[in-house]
Amino acid sequence: MVTLSCAELSTRAINRALAELPDGSRVSITEPQGRHNLAVGLRNQITITIAGNAGYFIGGLGDGPSIVVDGFVGWSVGENLMSGTVRVRGNASESAGASSHGGLVIVDGDASSRAGISLKGGTLVVAGDAGHMSGFMAQAGTILIGGDAGAGLGDSLYEAVIYVGGAIRSLGADARVEELTEGDVQRVRQLIQQTGFDHIDPQNVKRVASARALYHFKAVAGHAY
Amino acid sequence: MCGIVGLHCKSPDLHSQLGALLSQMLLAMSERGPDSAGIALYEEGLPTGSLRYSLRAPGPGYDWEGTSERLGEEAVIRPVADDAVLTATGSPAAVLEKLAAQAPDLRVFAYGSAIEVYKDIGAPVDILERYGITQRSGYQGLGHTRMATESAVTTDHSHPFATAADLCLVHNGSFSNHATIRRRLEDAGVRCSTDNDSEVAARFIAYHMQHGDDLQAALGKVLTEFDGFFTLLVASRNQFAVVRDAFACKPAVIAEAPDFVAMASEYRALARLPGIQEAAIFEPGPEEIHVWSR
Repeated sequence: MVTLSCAELSTRAINRALAELPDGSRVSITEPQGRHNLAVGLRNQITITIAGNAGYFIGGLGDGPSIVVDGFVGWSVGENLMSGTVRVRGNASESAGASSHGGLVIVDGDASSRAGISLKGGTLVVAGDAGHMSGFMAQAGTILIGGDAGAGLGDSLYEAVIYVGGAIRSLGADARVEELTEGDVQRVRQLIQQTGFDHIDPQNVKRVASARALYHFKAVAGHAY
Repeated sequence: MCGIVGLHCKSPDLHSQLGALLSQMLLAMSERGPDSAGIALYEEGLPTGSLRYSLRAPGPGYDWEGTSERLGEEAVIRPVADDAVLTATGSPAAVLEKLAAQAPDLRVFAYGSAIEVYKDIGAPVDILERYGITQRSGYQGLGHTRMATESAVTTDHSHPFATAADLCLVHNGSFSNHATIRRRLEDAGVRCSTDNDSEVAARFIAYHMQHGDDLQAALGKVLTEFDGFFTLLVASRNQFAVVRDAFACKPAVIAEAPDFVAMASEYRALARLPGIQEAAIFEPGPEEIHVWSR
């Protein structure tokens, strides 16, 4: 096990050291104290534990590593993730999993506003609640929220699908609740197995997807004004 | 981008460390606002009837002795770097009028029974050092690091904006209808001293508190009237409050511990506070108003 301490090393030194580790390495990042940009841009198959609360963009742009944060994180955890996993043992602040193309972002606690914003094919699973405007303009991929969703869920959705175990405060423009299919249940069951969030009942989630009414420009829409 | 920090002590044990803790918090937010910085400190201890006035000199070598003599024997001036804090009795209106007549080249950044404000352009570390903030004590404090987006980088455009006795505000964000509200305030007889958007919010809150609102109600009116992005930290003599706009896209983290309430733009600024491990740490939601009183 390699140990890298934020008390001794700059963020750049830590990320450089991480990038140079061979596949299969295990590494612990200690004393993060809210440090931003830890473990970003990595392409190796390594396992990273961040021992404490971390800052913005943790694990962003990752294409391989498996990261666990033993604490909470700031904005944009797993932003633009390509593959691999980022798991947060605590809560995540705004924009969790923003723009991720692949991989899996797991939040054991709650996620704040705009979780899964502009998702591009990745997967975001939140055990607890997610804040307002979650799934905003999500293009592809899956969001599973075990608890409640805040206001404006799935506003301007494209082809991403959102599953919600709890209550939805309100839906955003062009988002609608659709009937749950057997394929949806299987997908949710698979995510529960991957995350261990067995408080979620795959038969009893709401499926939120795009009504696709914003896909085409309507010339008559101007008449409303 | 700007950085906000604030510390509201519940336990008197922390009073002697206020300046040191607040400085450490502000330094952690330097990257969010490298062009200007400011601090408001609240400290008890003035005799009843006395108020302190944070005075800004036009430059180094100001004649504080001569000013003190002109203001009369009840005025006590304590120089702090090139600037000073005046302690005087009498109504603030009378003292401010006397200052304007006897020392028209001085600017008053704040006044009240507890508040002192220090602010300037430049790096936060230099401003903290110049005014000896780390050695200061007090029961609450606010700080701001500025990255100007809305108006000029000058000392007068820096935060905090103190707009009534012991009332001050720091802001991260930008208001889009501040010109409209400034005109409305002008119609009501309220003058802004700069074209800064945050000053308008500070004047707006002061105006409504002078017309019967408490801090909570005045902040409710901010949510109704102001358009734009904002996380605001506002303090009065006895209160400490945080509010965010409906989008909540300017960050805020609050730590509530048995001995203190602390707020910052980012957790980094809170990470080294004593007792942070026992604190409840949360993010205030959109349009929530959080107020703590002592």
